[in-house]
Amino acid sequence: MADWVHASPEGIYVAPADLWIDPSTPKPFAAITHGHADHARGGHGRVLATPETLDIMDLRYGASPATPMPYGAAIEQGGVAIGFHPAGHILGSAQISLTYRGERVVVTGDYKRRPDPTCALFTPVPCDILITEATFALPVFTHPPIEGEIARLLRAQAQFPGRAIIVGAYALGKAQRLIMELRRVGYVAPIYLHGAMEKMCELYERHGVALGALLPAAGNAGEKLAGQIIIAPPSALHDRWSRRFADPLLAVASGWMRIRQRARQKNIDLPLVISDHADWNELTQTITQLRPAETWITHGRTDALIRWCEMNQLRARALHLVGRDEEDAA
Amino acid sequence: MKAFAALLDALIYTRSRNDKLTLIADYLRAAPDPDRGWALAALTGGLSFASVKSSVIRGVAAQRVDPELLALSRDYVGDSAETVALIWPTQGEAAAGDVSLSEVVNTLAALTRTNAPATIEAYLDRFDANERYAFLKLATGALRVGISARLAKTGFAQAFGVSVDAVEELWHALTPPYAELFAWGQHGGTRPDLATRAYFRPFMLAHPLEGTLPDYDAYAAEWKWDGIRIQIARTGNEVRLFSRGAEDISHSFPEVVAAFDGHGVVDGELLVRGDDQGGDHLGGEAGSFNALQQRLGRKTVSKAMLESAPAFVRLYDILFDGAQDVRALPWSARRPILERFAAILPPSHFDVSPVIAAPDWASLVALREAARAASIEGVMLKRRDSPYVAGRVTGLWYKWKRDPLTADCVLMYAQRGSGKRSSFYSDYTFGCWTEDGALLPVGKAYSGFTDTELKWLDNFVRAHTLSRFGPVREVEKSLVLEVAFDAIQSSTRHKSGLAMRFPRIKRIRTDKPAAEADRIATLRAMIA
Repeated sequence: MADWVHASPEGIYVAPADLWIDPSTPKPFAAITHGHADHARGGHGRVLATPETLDIMDLRYGASPATPMPYGAAIEQGGVAIGFHPAGHILGSAQISLTYRGERVVVTGDYKRRPDPTCALFTPVPCDILITEATFALPVFTHPPIEGEIARLLRAQAQFPGRAIIVGAYALGKAQRLIMELRRVGYVAPIYLHGAMEKMCELYERHGVALGALLPAAGNAGEKLAGQIIIAPPSALHDRWSRRFADPLLAVASGWMRIRQRARQKNIDLPLVISDHADWNELTQTITQLRPAETWITHGRTDALIRWCEMNQLRARALHLVGRDEEDAA
Repeated sequence: MKAFAALLDALIYTRSRNDKLTLIADYLRAAPDPDRGWALAALTGGLSFASVKSSVIRGVAAQRVDPELLALSRDYVGDSAETVALIWPTQGEAAAGDVSLSEVVNTLAALTRTNAPATIEAYLDRFDANERYAFLKLATGALRVGISARLAKTGFAQAFGVSVDAVEELWHALTPPYAELFAWGQHGGTRPDLATRAYFRPFMLAHPLEGTLPDYDAYAAEWKWDGIRIQIARTGNEVRLFSRGAEDISHSFPEVVAAFDGHGVVDGELLVRGDDQGGDHLGGEAGSFNALQQRLGRKTVSKAMLESAPAFVRLYDILFDGAQDVRALPWSARRPILERFAAILPPSHFDVSPVIAAPDWASLVALREAARAASIEGVMLKRRDSPYVAGRVTGLWYKWKRDPLTADCVLMYAQRGSGKRSSFYSDYTFGCWTEDGALLPVGKAYSGFTDTELKWLDNFVRAHTLSRFGPVREVEKSLVLEVAFDAIQSSTRHKSGLAMRFPRIKRIRTDKPAAEADRIATLRAMIA
């Protein structure tokens, strides 16, 4: 099936359109699902992406020739109709549909199906071939409702008024979602940011995501931020950066925190199971819902999802793409 | 069960030792008897349930979850109990109140192989994910919450304002759920009387010696024998043989137990007869550790084994001479007591580790060098005025091992670790070249590398995988590891015919091409 779409270690290649999806090396013509660095790289000739994703790429790599593709928009190239649809992963994240000679392929990119106040809700797109991610494709990964995790964060804050609460969260997507979820339950106090977060938060604001009062964490060493919530990239938690604050309590917001031994390896105090990826149930429910003739799996725990497809008499195969950041951003 | 599950969960994520102690102490003060006694037993690794094996748990889970998805998940999570706790399809909403820890322990203890699966399944359905985790950890006997037995005992000491040394001293004479211990701690009761029990006393241990010893004259030197450290205790007619870990191993060495006809408690090295280490001029011959190893961990010992590898004990020290506890006496006073005590024991099964006659440091260094040929592992240095104290106290006992041997080997297979290293490829099998250019495994190492090196090795394994067999990956034969080991012996267990003693990764040799790694023949020549 779909001998016009090829998987190579560098990305997915759509031959009739001479188009690469999320390529890991510069290409003349690329479609980008979302702004995370393992999917969106600089240096391509012409780029197709949602306006939000293009904005993120401009911030990171500088402006480049691009065609903005809002959700629902489609263009044709070499007989292939290329469309963009919400993926629910982060601001601007898209699934890309490719229709050629009556056959439709959908590339989910990274996605989740739960509501997220910072981005549009995932829309299922019927297709013949579903090219899906599998970051959390093991039945041990079931992400709990986010409300419970936010409540745990606020409980820790109330319990340790003398400690600065530093939450490790990826600077693009996770950080803003965390802020919005805190706002949603009525947390109006300023939230302090590591410098690496500031530009992305401004970008979200420009796209209409009102994050409330944000202040830089820098310059507030010692006791000043005791009892406050600070958001920083996960890499800053065990860096000297976090030692400047009063007796910091370290939290990490990630789907990997579901596994105790994993959380322990990270040496943190408060694991928050918050993920922007589909969990096992979302992954399998999406395949069940769409019933594609074939499922191709790009990255993550491919073996388990293939096994599940076999058990359900669904055709599936793994694509083995390189350079996908498996564990830090999730 | 909820309180115990909450304790384990909190301990897992608590990094500071003091915070861990507070959590344990708070729990031990608040929980009712005998729940807290069982919890203390679990925290110190003192609970095991014969009919609950990991395989039973996996079997129960495989009835509810696809076995292959279960295996893939287990491989990823690195821990069966956690995998099953997370993957279990019900979420425990139906739970009708709490179940006491003692009820769970008593039920587990009474299980038979036949009724174990159904009972475990019923509990798993009843519990929420946290309780399932605690329950499975408890049932399989390895909590892995990042605390040592010592820390748990310190928690007890802190909870009730007693000294941890007093707790240690009583510990091995008592059994779970430690009613006497809690009665003593909590209610200011009397200290349990130990006079009639053959119980384990904590070992005195040595620090490795780095550099030289400034005041050599204050120390006595003995050879370091390569067997297993044991303690024999006899009070009344009960004789018990304990390992370093306080495990009763009497059943594995019945001839030693039968031959011990003194009344008292002694410390020594368990060895088998042979001519691999030592020699008449070095205080008597003994077999290699490898020869002894075949007798370890056996529930019953065959007659043939008793004849082919007879065991004996080379005594180091004495703790109790039948009348009084002599641990507070200096080594120089204990030694003659030990010699008198040993004189009445049958020489077929007991001798005394001789003191090395070396008038000064230089002559000891010379003797130690010469002893390499006799496969002696090294030298022990014991401060003449030191009492026998539990644990490793700086300055009292030193072990001065021979420098390790090293070989350049090629990484062949890697396996995922468990616990703290779950999901890292941290167990490495490496090999050396045969004369016709094949690579044969010569050993397996789990240690020696830094955390940074572990990450590097893990990445290497992932990026150079040739094939997978469950949790094991075969890698491209391109990475040279410098392996350090204490000794190497002939062995029929391995295809290479070699067995390393305590191999560890010394260095990653990215600078060295695999073809230049060592040959099997080079390693064979290192067999002493």
